[in-house]
Formats: sequence, structure tokens, C-alpha cells
Amino acid sequence: MTRLFLFLAALVLPLVPLSATAQPLRLQITEGVIEPMPFAMPAFVAEDQGGAQFTDALARVVAANLTNTGLFREVPPQAHIARITSFDAGIGFAEWRAINVQALITGAVSVQGNRMSVKFRLFDVLSGQQMGQGLQFAGTTDSWRRMAHKVSDAVYSRITGESGYFDSRVVFVSESGPRGNRTKRLAIMDQDGENVQFLTDGRALVIAPRVSATGERVVYTTYETGSPRVALMTLSNAQRQLVGDIPGAMTFSPRFAPDGAGLVLSASINGNTDLYRLDLGSGRMQALTNSPSIATAPSFSPDGRFIAFESDRSGTSQIYVMSSGGGDARRISFGQGRYSTPVWSPRGDLIAFTKSNAGRFHIGVMRTDGSEERLLTASFLDEGPSWAPNGRVVMFTREAQGGDPALYSVDISGRNLRQVPTPGPASDPAWGPLLP
Amino acid sequence: MNLTSKLTLALALVALAACNNPRGGMFGGGGADGFGDAGGGFNDGISSMALGDPNDPRSVAHFNQRIGDRVFFTVDSSTLTQEGRNILNGQAQWLNANPQFAILIEGHADERGTREYNVALGATRANAVQQYLMSQGVSGSRMRTVSYGKERPIEACAEQRCWDVNRRAVTAISGNI
Repeated sequence: MTRLFLFLAALVLPLVPLSATAQPLRLQITEGVIEPMPFAMPAFVAEDQGGAQFTDALARVVAANLTNTGLFREVPPQAHIARITSFDAGIGFAEWRAINVQALITGAVSVQGNRMSVKFRLFDVLSGQQMGQGLQFAGTTDSWRRMAHKVSDAVYSRITGESGYFDSRVVFVSESGPRGNRTKRLAIMDQDGENVQFLTDGRALVIAPRVSATGERVVYTTYETGSPRVALMTLSNAQRQLVGDIPGAMTFSPRFAPDGAGLVLSASINGNTDLYRLDLGSGRMQALTNSPSIATAPSFSPDGRFIAFESDRSGTSQIYVMSSGGGDARRISFGQGRYSTPVWSPRGDLIAFTKSNAGRFHIGVMRTDGSEERLLTASFLDEGPSWAPNGRVVMFTREAQGGDPALYSVDISGRNLRQVPTPGPASDPAWGPLLP
Repeated sequence: MNLTSKLTLALALVALAACNNPRGGMFGGGGADGFGDAGGGFNDGISSMALGDPNDPRSVAHFNQRIGDRVFFTVDSSTLTQEGRNILNGQAQWLNANPQFAILIEGHADERGTREYNVALGATRANAVQQYLMSQGVSGSRMRTVSYGKERPIEACAEQRCWDVNRRAVTAISGNI
């Protein structure tokens, strides 16, 4: 039963003690080449006539999700010897072993009206055993991709021992028009770039959205009054309101507290930018920093106790950590160059950041005390990392010299750099939580 | 043509382009770069203001083109250069002689920094100009500031020569008080 898991753990053995087979998959940049695990995802079995139209589509979404992690390699359907024609029939493992499949996923789909149900099973081909129980998801046919994402999450989770990130959404800024007068619209899509919906109409410049921990609300900066202001949007109805008014101040760079009851944001008053905490219930604002230098890009630790932010109080932008109530801040970045946009991992163990040094930009991660810094990317302009819900992947904005911005993702080992498809130029991704 | 005269010409062309902006970017709350309506649609109140002849020292065109409506900054800095102070002295003189005009000071950054930091940096730059103009006798009540961060580059190329002119603060005559 645990053989698949063992196998994958063994691949990354250099940093995983043998006794750690129950530990999550660990991938670090110092490791050798990782051989992706070969899997087969035959078409789902249609259990009724309505299900027939989804048999391939569901399988393709699951296969794409797993392949896109870089941890799995699909043995394509054309290479399959056996056919899965019944969800409950026995598996001829020899025929899957013969084509070197290690993980076999089988599925079935049934559709009644606009309701559908999707089932799957995962098999460890080498041991010839099922891995975990079969699972069934039910929903409307409109949400068929989400059900494929849920299957993907379950498979990923069973094999790696970690939660997945496929059934999640990303809020981002969709860009169009000339560089000097860009139109920027808030948009939301599935993590794989599908189902794009626009949330604002583009009349007002918007930047840097952030999603709440539950995924129900978004905060961002809008120029709809002519000056930067923090706005809060409820995603279910796209209702928005300006929040955190300080007369005469520009407010920007908001981020939710983990409990969703408040925000931390930057306010610029008479040219000086400090951090403030806004209680959304009472509207009360409390200053967290009071320094003549710039303090911006704040991010809470997932337990809500600390805030990481960037400040140029030392002369260049560096990353600091302070208590979420304010007070003394400790500098944690000491490498060459400028450090910006710290973002606390949802696991709490790492801080992702943007670094610029010698004319290049990097996305990197470091431990929350600033140790073990490692750079994941390098390009003309990379900025603004946002964590996948499982803390294994970050998405960010990349802009080639003279080119348009686009969204990219990379895993925290620095592997598997991929462009995330968007309908046009895009920036400022904000990865939301795994959906319930 | 040396760099300064090239730049002057470029700025004059920019100013002309702004004059021709059919949306009236620099009128009624608009900025000299025509971005005052970046808020867009929510603030469509359009008013008009004569630019006049740049040879007329009391004209807005003179302010924009002859005195110079913008100052430039070095990387990550909001410190005014000597050249910048000279331009601002001219701006202050004009503003003191033409007290009927309100001013919007736009702070901008180049694209070689992160988005949020650049908003903060633009605010610091706009404030530096405001403080300097106040020190030269211009009333603070006539002035508003806004930061566009790196969102509104005036030059689009991804090269040093463009970043150098994008790190700027623009004093936009935004209409009558």
C-alpha cells in the first residue's frame, strides 16, 4: 500500500532520512535530478449516456494537473495495452507493469440532468494494490473541471503525503493597451488558467490583489478616486467598497490577517509610508510602524502573530519581521541586493520574496529567520510571489525585457518553471486557498 | 543636439501631445502626462483651461514647456538634484505669479523595482516637490500629490535612457482654484 509513496520518497532520498517515510515529500534545490513518477490515466468509464461526453475531458484535466507538477510523467493512452471498461472490475496489473506504469488512476462518470458524479481509484501497480479507498464527488456539470481537480488533489495527496493545490483559484491583474497608459482589470481564474472571469471593468487602474484565507474576499489597490486607495471585494457578488480611509493619505499594499477580521496595509502621509492595521469591523486604524523610511508589502504569518514587510530604513529595501501588533522589527535579509515583497508560506516555514541584484530580478525563499536563502528564478524582471495553498509552488509576474508581463509558477526547489496561461498580458497573481 | 536639448524637445512634444489629448488629460484634474483620469470613468467631469502661447510667460504652455513641468530622480532616491531645484524655483516663481491655479504633483518610479515599493517611492518624490515648492512660498492648500508608482511610464523602452526619464515628479496645472 505504501509502496508508491516509498518509491517517490526514495527518489529524493539525499535529504530525507530513511525513517522518514511518513514525512511529506521534500524537494530542495540542492537535490539531484528527480525522475518523475510514471502514471496512467485512462479515459473515465461512462456509467450512463450522459457521462460519455466527459470521459476523456476529465482524464485530460487530471493528467495535465499531475504532469504540470513536474513530479509525474504520463504514460499516454496510446501506449496502454489494457482498457478500463468497468470501474469495479479487477485490474490486470501485469499489463500496466509491462509499460512501466507505477501509478494507475481509474475513474467513472455518470450524468443525470445537470448533476454529475465522478469516482476514482488509485492503484500502486508494482505492488498490485489499491492505494486508499475509492472516492466519489458529486456536483453540477458546470463544475466538471473542479471535480477533475479534486480527483487530482486526492491522487497527489495520497502519493506525496501532502495536500494538493489543483482545486484552487488565482486572482490576478489582466493587462491591455499601451505601456504608458495600461488598462488593468482584476480577474479570477482556476489555477490552470481556465474559467477566466473579470471582476472590474478596467476604467480604474487596479494593482496587487490579495485573497482572504477562505477565498471569499479580495483586497486590492484602486485608483478610482484618482489616488491609490484600498478596496475590498466580495467575490460571490463582486460588490466592492473602499476601506481604511485616512484623510489625505494614499493607501495601498493591503493584505488580510489570517482570521479575515482585519487588514495590514501601507498608508502614505506627507510622503512617508508606514504600515497600519485596519479592523474591518470597526474601521479603526492603528499605526504599526513609525519610521521616516518606506515600510510596505506586509504579510502576516499564518498564525497571525508576525508580520513580514519591506523597508528601506537601512538605505536599501530589506525584509523585516515584527510582531503583528507593531513594535521593534528585526531585519532578516542580509544578502547582496535589494529584497522586497516578503510573503509568508501557508505552512509558516518559509518566506518567499523578490530580490534584485546586479540588474537581475529573482524569486527566492528563505526561512523565517532569514537563513537558508535560495533563489528559484532569475530574469530581467520577476516579482511578487504568491504561494500555492500547499506551500510547494509559487506563482509570480515575469516580464521579459521589452515584453509583456505574464504569470509563471515554479516549485520551491527551483524546478518546473512554467508559464501559466492567461488570455493576455497578466501580472500580480494572488493564489487563493484550496476550495472546500 | 546635446542630450539636454533633445530632452527639452522631447518634453515639448510630450506637452503638445498632452494638449491634443481629446480626453483633456491635463484639464480639470488631469495630469500633465494625461494620467489624471487614470481613475477613469468615475470622474468624468471635464473642464477646460487655455494653455496659451509658450512665449507668454503667464501661460500654462510656458510653465509646461519653458520652465519645465517635471524633475528627475536617481535610482531609489527622492532627493532633489540641483537641476531639479532650479526647475522648481522657476515653477514656484510662476505659481506665485499665477495664484489662481491649483496643482497636482504626480510622483513616478521607473520599472526596475517592485510594484508596492514604487508606489511608496512615487509618494515620497511627489512630497519632496511639494515641500520644496512650499519652501518657495507656494501655498500647500493649492497642491495635491498622487503616486503612480511604476504604472505610468512616460517612455516605454526597457532601457536605461527610458528609466532615467520615468523616475520623475510632474507638476501638473490642474485647473483654477
